Amino acid sequence: MEAGGATSDELRAERAGGLPAWLLGLLPLLLIAAAIGAFVALGAPGLGERRGPPAEELAVERTVLRPGTIALTVRNDGPDAVRIAQAQVNDAFVQFSGVEQPIGHLQSETVHLQQPWVEGEAYEVALITSAGGTITHAIPVAVETPATGLSFFGLMALLGIYVGVIPVALGMLWLPWIRRIPPGWMRAVMALTVGLLAFLAVDATLEGLELAGEGAQAFGGATLVLIGAAASYLLLTGVSAWLAQRREAARAAGASGVNLALLVAVGIGLHNLGEGIAIGSAYSIGALALGAFLVVGFAIHNTTEGLAIVAPVAHLRPSLGRLALLGLIAGGPAVLGAWIGAAAFNPSLAAFLFGFGAGAIVQVIVQLAPSLRDGAGRTLHPTSVAGLLSGLALMFTTGLLVSV
Amino acid sequence: MGGGHASFRDGATVDHAANGFDPHTIARDFDWGTTRRLASGRVLREWELYAVNKEIEVAPGVKFAAWTYNGRIPGPTLRAREGDRLRISFANASTHPHTIHFHGIHPAEMDGVPGVGAGEIAPGGRTVYEFDALPAGLHLYHCHVRPLAEHIAKGLYGALIIDPADGREDADELVMVMNGFDTNFDRANEFYAANTIGFAYMDKPIVARKDQLVRVYLVNVLEYDLVNSFHLHGNLFHYFPTGTGTQPSELTDTVMLCQGQRGILEWRFPHPGRYMFHAHQSEFTELGWQGFFEVVG
Repeated sequence: MEAGGATSDELRAERAGGLPAWLLGLLPLLLIAAAIGAFVALGAPGLGERRGPPAEELAVERTVLRPGTIALTVRNDGPDAVRIAQAQVNDAFVQFSGVEQPIGHLQSETVHLQQPWVEGEAYEVALITSAGGTITHAIPVAVETPATGLSFFGLMALLGIYVGVIPVALGMLWLPWIRRIPPGWMRAVMALTVGLLAFLAVDATLEGLELAGEGAQAFGGATLVLIGAAASYLLLTGVSAWLAQRREAARAAGASGVNLALLVAVGIGLHNLGEGIAIGSAYSIGALALGAFLVVGFAIHNTTEGLAIVAPVAHLRPSLGRLALLGLIAGGPAVLGAWIGAAAFNPSLAAFLFGFGAGAIVQVIVQLAPSLRDGAGRTLHPTSVAGLLSGLALMFTTGLLVSV
Repeated sequence: MGGGHASFRDGATVDHAANGFDPHTIARDFDWGTTRRLASGRVLREWELYAVNKEIEVAPGVKFAAWTYNGRIPGPTLRAREGDRLRISFANASTHPHTIHFHGIHPAEMDGVPGVGAGEIAPGGRTVYEFDALPAGLHLYHCHVRPLAEHIAKGLYGALIIDPADGREDADELVMVMNGFDTNFDRANEFYAANTIGFAYMDKPIVARKDQLVRVYLVNVLEYDLVNSFHLHGNLFHYFPTGTGTQPSELTDTVMLCQGQRGILEWRFPHPGRYMFHAHQSEFTELGWQGFFEVVG
């Protein structure tokens, strides 16, 4: 109820004394900056010194073993600077280089320890801080970290192609079959796809949370997984809304299926990025038994992902090139992931990417859900429930073939 | 440092001056106290001991908030003759209650345990421990306030040597108090040594003379580990458990001691050169408890 018939805009301008809006927006920022500056300049008046000894927290982000040395990349995820004074490996002092200076908050440093380690044996490193605290890191099985040369990247690429690209491409060969099945069956296939994806989403989230626990907690730990999931969900939702807008403008009939297939491919691609990281990092620490069994296991596991991509475009006639592109989007990131995982593994980054993959998959599920509806408009009808459960079961059982 | 002897990072050592004591000085520092004759003709031997909190650099760059007697770890090596009257004035200048509990023969009220005699000495408090120097041998003293492990592990201990009335043969004498430090408070030691600073006798060997009698007063006060040991390279020594007997129990190169056990080691180096001595628990050795004798002609 405005008095005197003045509009609310006029009133607002009056109350602010005619100052321009941009200045009003900027003024609080300037005042805050001035207050912070004064607070720091005065040395936090009234608060005094910190209570208790400094909190010394270091997270080991990466371990690299070369003949005669163990290199640990540590990040300070505590509030105070940490100075590493001495180092022990398996209860013996060792010589080391690096970390001459204290490591500041969120800073990262690499310690090179001289240790004639023996392949296959277990080691425990204890970094002793200037306050006498120890930061321990276990190396359950010592294996030389692969050198990141051309042949190494080639091997990782081959691994990514084996477990990502080829299985997805094989799965897409179901396209002619799903074109011929009646709509009822089609709904079952779509439900199966959603079941597969739901399993992947849960799997990626849990794996991300596990990785988040290993990384520097100052980066948010488990929050990273959730932020990653939210970010990819929102990004994909935005992209799909934008595509829908364009489609309406162009009146391109049937593009919906293509867009949906693209989204599924992107979602699965992000998932495979995470899977690639897991494979690459496991390979680099020697925890991965390379061989036919692993590749066959992943092939069976990931073939079903190809089915998920082609299901939305079953009623269309997409070109071979477009199908190949979809397959590459879904499977290719496994190669990239394997490179990242093996050469630049960082648990916090990996946790974020796993969350990113999970969010993308959830977004895809939301997009696919309408295609499960039967004539009566129900989503969870007996056929779709059977399909969902089959999808979960399929992923669970094929997942037993691979463990990374 | 490839191929060199074991050491802390880059062969560095601690700032002995800042610590206020050096393991090399401690090894040959015997505190006879101040004496005067009583009317009875006996010798009264007196010391002033005080407990004080002190930050010690236990390894290069690693500081430890220690509790000490007279600002050093181990505390002063008190030395007397059998039958002397001993009077130790104790002042507690630290922030926790402490006592001095001596091993040896004395009346219960001089035992330095809570609840008996003067009991716990509160911060700012004082007391006098007085008893006869009995029996001849190698003993130790330490704080006996609960929690015991903490009061000992933080550095409140030292050696007490009572020479036999007729003395011992002249020798190059050394005291070695085997200890360790639990700097991260997980009730396991991160650092091991004889006389507090690991590798101190590696970086700078103890100089001994060929054919001269060497006598080591060896005390184990190590907390958290069940046993400790002393092993000598290239030689064997006569071992006198607790230093109370005149006949060695053994000619050996390795002895094992639990906490509170001590003994006297005697030998002569027939050859010049560098001879290691260390705990024969490899873990303790690698974590600092090792040294060299440099035998010169």
